[in-house]
Amino acid sequence: MRRFTFGKLALPIYSLLAFAFLMVPIFYTILFSFNDAPAPNTTWKGFTLSHWLGVCTNETLCTALTNSVVIGVVSTLIATILGTAMAIALVRYSFKGRGAASLSLFLPMATPEVVLGAGLAAFFFNIGFQAGMLTIIIAHVVFCLSFVVVTVKARVQTLDPVLEEAGRDLYANPRQVFWKITFPLLLPGIMAAALLSFALSFDDFIITYFNSGAVDTFPKYIYVVSRRGVPAEANVIASAVFLLAIVSVVASQLVSALKRKRLGL
Amino acid sequence: MANSLANTGADLELRGIRKEFPGFTAIEELDLKVPAGQFFALLGPSGCGKTTTLRIVAGLEQPSSGSVFLGGKDITATKPHERAVNTVFQSYALFPHMTVLENVAFGLRQRKIDSPLEKAGEALKLVELQHLAERRPQQLSGGQQQRVALARALVNRPSLLLLDEPLGALDLKLRRQMQIELKAIQMEVGLTFLHVTHDQEEAMDMADVVAVMNKGRIEQMGAPEVLYDRPKTVFVSKFLGQSNLFIGDVVEENGNALSINVAGSKITVPKARAEKHSGKIAIGVRPEKADFHEDVAPNVGADTNLIGPGEIIDIRFTGVSNQYLIEIPNIGQVTVFAQNIGKSPETQLGAKVWVTWKVEHAFGLADLPAGSGE
Repeated sequence: MRRFTFGKLALPIYSLLAFAFLMVPIFYTILFSFNDAPAPNTTWKGFTLSHWLGVCTNETLCTALTNSVVIGVVSTLIATILGTAMAIALVRYSFKGRGAASLSLFLPMATPEVVLGAGLAAFFFNIGFQAGMLTIIIAHVVFCLSFVVVTVKARVQTLDPVLEEAGRDLYANPRQVFWKITFPLLLPGIMAAALLSFALSFDDFIITYFNSGAVDTFPKYIYVVSRRGVPAEANVIASAVFLLAIVSVVASQLVSALKRKRLGL
Repeated sequence: MANSLANTGADLELRGIRKEFPGFTAIEELDLKVPAGQFFALLGPSGCGKTTTLRIVAGLEQPSSGSVFLGGKDITATKPHERAVNTVFQSYALFPHMTVLENVAFGLRQRKIDSPLEKAGEALKLVELQHLAERRPQQLSGGQQQRVALARALVNRPSLLLLDEPLGALDLKLRRQMQIELKAIQMEVGLTFLHVTHDQEEAMDMADVVAVMNKGRIEQMGAPEVLYDRPKTVFVSKFLGQSNLFIGDVVEENGNALSINVAGSKITVPKARAEKHSGKIAIGVRPEKADFHEDVAPNVGADTNLIGPGEIIDIRFTGVSNQYLIEIPNIGQVTVFAQNIGKSPETQLGAKVWVTWKVEHAFGLADLPAGSGE
């Protein structure tokens, strides 16, 4: 007779519980995007597709979402371009104050968001900047920049400078060396930095709350409406973002697996 | 046309090159002339300035002073991408995001040359790698990567090809094989090759002319046989093969030979083979040119140097030869290589021996070993 041993089952049970703990909120969010009930969307009243088909009937929500996307895209672009240039400079060139510059880039990451948000708000007020889209974008660039620099820097450090010298030796001028050798080799790092940057921006509530004035972003909208009960349309958007992320991760894994297979690695 | 990669190389001349880095001087003073079509080796230990010299020629480093001339034109201020010079880097530096073929075609595309892929394919054929054209560099073995790097440089038909320890990362067997291939390719394309290495065997084997570098200067330059037969400094005599050195004051000078006194023994060198003719000098002989005699001192004429007796304190068997280390009182240790020709009875450890060598095989050096006064 097989003896029951708790030890044998402990790991599977623990794993299942941990997994459930992580998945339940996501599952709940997705499920309630199909709930046939007006706000507050808290009890299950039956299945409907109407929220998915008519997301933008809720105009405030849709404006907030558009704002979040615009802010995310613009601040990611700025932070990625600036951050990549800074990362290359910090690794490749020695200049006065390089250590200080490197250290100060960590400050926005280490500073509590409330402090950063409040500080920026005070700063914008003092120099007479009206809180709005512009101040949100500036604030997002500030905290995304650090993450971009850290991510791209790691990639630059693995890039052998001899490759660039080989490019110069093979008749490429400095601009061509950058676009044909440096940039393609840094691209995976830059892409990772941009994705991280967008995720951070799209998701940010605290710093945005301090610097947004009358402008609504998606997280801010959720916060405001949550007191009255989140509408099902918000679940639809959250679910869509989640699915988009999953699909893009799976797709990129598939592409790189195919690439490896083609190269016979 | 026999080979589309063939091209006449150009003369390279370095005049008064000096290179200082913060904290140290890599090149003290360098004058060098490499005639077109020659296989020229810069040989020296690491840190002697040979790689810096190469980088200055490539344009990747600017000299602190002095000029670089290629085909008679001053290119000191020319950017690397504007020089008709290509480099095979020590680490090969193949672009990992391109296929082998794209790597080879890179230089051609930069210069907007017609049908770059076809020409790159031809260059790959020259190094016998056309079947791997679509692979990525990281899927190739070290020897294959080395050949791709060579093809990528050669395909541009540079006036001068620079090789920075290109065989350094290969194992011994592959290294010897690549040496033969590299030399054959150089003969075939007729380009000027400037090869940097710390492997004296490689330099002697491949180069028409070897320049031995030490501490930022060229110590001696010449054909490999000449360098080996008549080293002029202690460094060259020790870096290029092995040498036995004897130090003493010149005590006799007659006609075309001079002699020094080393602890009572007279050692003679032809004047024509000595750099210095007076005072304290060092005279050397290669271990394979020396011989030893057991039991009794041999009778020798004026054409032979004789020292001893001494005692054999170490014997090393290396296959083709035996290496004997002989301790001679007041003179020091002498190494003698004897061909392994089945001599019987074999000389044993502790045997009492005299060492001889022909006067014509001795060479007189310009300097003295460190720690021997002056």
